[in-house]
Amino acid sequence: MPGITREEVAHLARLARLELKPEELDHFAGQLDDIIGAVARVSEVADQDVPPTSHPLPLTNVMRPDEVRPSLTPEQALSGAPAQEQQRFKVPQILGEE
Amino acid sequence: MTTTTDLVSYEDALASYDPVMGLEVHVELGTKTKMFCGCSTELGAAANAQTCPVCLGLPGALPVVNAIGVESAIKIGLALNCEIAEWCRFARKNYFYPDMPKNFQTSQYDEPIAFDGYLDVQLEDGETFRVEIERAHMEEDTGKSTHVGGATGRIHGASHSLLDYNRAGIPLIEIVTKPITGAGERAPEVARAYVRELRELIRALGVSEARMEMGQMRCDVNLSLRPHGREKFGTRSETKNVNSLRSVERAARFEIQRHAAVLNDGGTIIQETRHFHEDTGSTTSGRVKEEAEDYRYFPEPDLVPVAPSREWVEKLRAELPELPLVRRSRLREEWGISGTDMQAILNAGALDSIVATIDAGADAASARKWWMGELARAANESGTALDELAITPAQVARVTELVNAGDLNDKLARQVIEGVLAGEGTPDEVVDRRGLKVVSDEGALTTAVEEAIAGNPAIADKIRGGKVAAAGALVGAVMKATRGQADAARVKELILQKLGVEG
Repeated sequence: MPGITREEVAHLARLARLELKPEELDHFAGQLDDIIGAVARVSEVADQDVPPTSHPLPLTNVMRPDEVRPSLTPEQALSGAPAQEQQRFKVPQILGEE
Repeated sequence: MTTTTDLVSYEDALASYDPVMGLEVHVELGTKTKMFCGCSTELGAAANAQTCPVCLGLPGALPVVNAIGVESAIKIGLALNCEIAEWCRFARKNYFYPDMPKNFQTSQYDEPIAFDGYLDVQLEDGETFRVEIERAHMEEDTGKSTHVGGATGRIHGASHSLLDYNRAGIPLIEIVTKPITGAGERAPEVARAYVRELRELIRALGVSEARMEMGQMRCDVNLSLRPHGREKFGTRSETKNVNSLRSVERAARFEIQRHAAVLNDGGTIIQETRHFHEDTGSTTSGRVKEEAEDYRYFPEPDLVPVAPSREWVEKLRAELPELPLVRRSRLREEWGISGTDMQAILNAGALDSIVATIDAGADAASARKWWMGELARAANESGTALDELAITPAQVARVTELVNAGDLNDKLARQVIEGVLAGEGTPDEVVDRRGLKVVSDEGALTTAVEEAIAGNPAIADKIRGGKVAAAGALVGAVMKATRGQADAARVKELILQKLGVEG
């Protein structure tokens, strides 16, 4: 079983926008390895003919009629925003200078 | 932009290379509510007035798909001659960008609801080109960003950005073509014709108004070149959000010229996102991605699979309206016009207005005449689309009715239309207010005719002598005296009658 590498943890951390210290990379690599190893044991039992399960309930076609339901007020929608301006969510700079 | 882009002439580019295109079109559906929640999609609301826990991605919120969204996707798939999946799932496309508060877009990945179809498109000269469809899948739109603090609202140099999530979650159908090969020098024209045909199709299905200028339909143009005779495709560029038919054609053309210049110099094309600029007709490089995109798609656990029953699919297939290509050839035949005439009508965007005018009671020839003449001119002068003019097809039909009944002549009819466009009311109100009735009072007409004869004795003599053509001058005099409000044909009759000549 190939282990989870430090580089893979760093890549995941970047995708998740998490800042990890070097020692944390090693720490999490070991932990993720254990988790994946545990989950991988399922494949030992489930053969090729068992499709991966994405939904535990055998439901399909749950749809809703195209009818308008009340929305939140802008005040409610923005109540959890760390910052706001002009009734909009204010977010930090997205791109730096070119 | 400080760098200029090297280009080779279009002809030289085509002499060396064969263009291959892929077109991705996003269509915003015209549903009342969003794709996965009941928030309204109506335009013009105050910022963040149409959001809820689902489209804001608040913890614990559960999405449920809009039935009309699914139905619209199936209709589009069927109209594009696609297979409809028996079973498919939504998928999360994960990315960090503030336009989606959930940090993922709900989309479909390897199980699109519709796949493997085609759309036949007609080129300017009437030739038909088949564009193969890879897939059509369901997804949702993103929020709207406003960038503050930089130059002219650009994201570069902005100090911060503001987000309005009213648009986040509005249903989108993304339609992706297979690689379009074999179009050669007509590739840009094929791209334009495809997007136009798709727009007509979407409108005919009634699933969206597909107004490109309002962002309801947006096109990404992927393009690559390969040397003639080479099977393998070259590296492509992806020009994003090209938002008019003309721009689609120009973007494809520009990229062909740019790629050829790079390749001729022995360079390599970078696979990158490019932005199209309306003002210059050119594209510039977008942000170069630091790392390969890694969206980590996985099946959306909060939405159950969609498994359209074959009964439902067949019911929708049976209910499909007449598709645009079929409709156009039928109308062309019914109206007895040439392919060029029909193309002119399409280019002017007048087809639906003409049909609606005929449906409202006008004859086909008059409906065509007004929309392609007076009204096309008015639209052109005011820079608006024909169907945005302040006159309805029913009102145009009423004008033609007044003309056919002899109440208006063409000149007066033009004034009535002018009045309606100027907001003076309905055709009948304009006729009343401007006093635009044809003078049908025989007494008044007879007096005018007698005065014209008395005032032009030499001409009257010529007519008496058999020169009937000379009557035109007297008709003109009468029309002038009645300020254009006489029925010219009746005036001529009266003149000839007075002078004892058979018409």
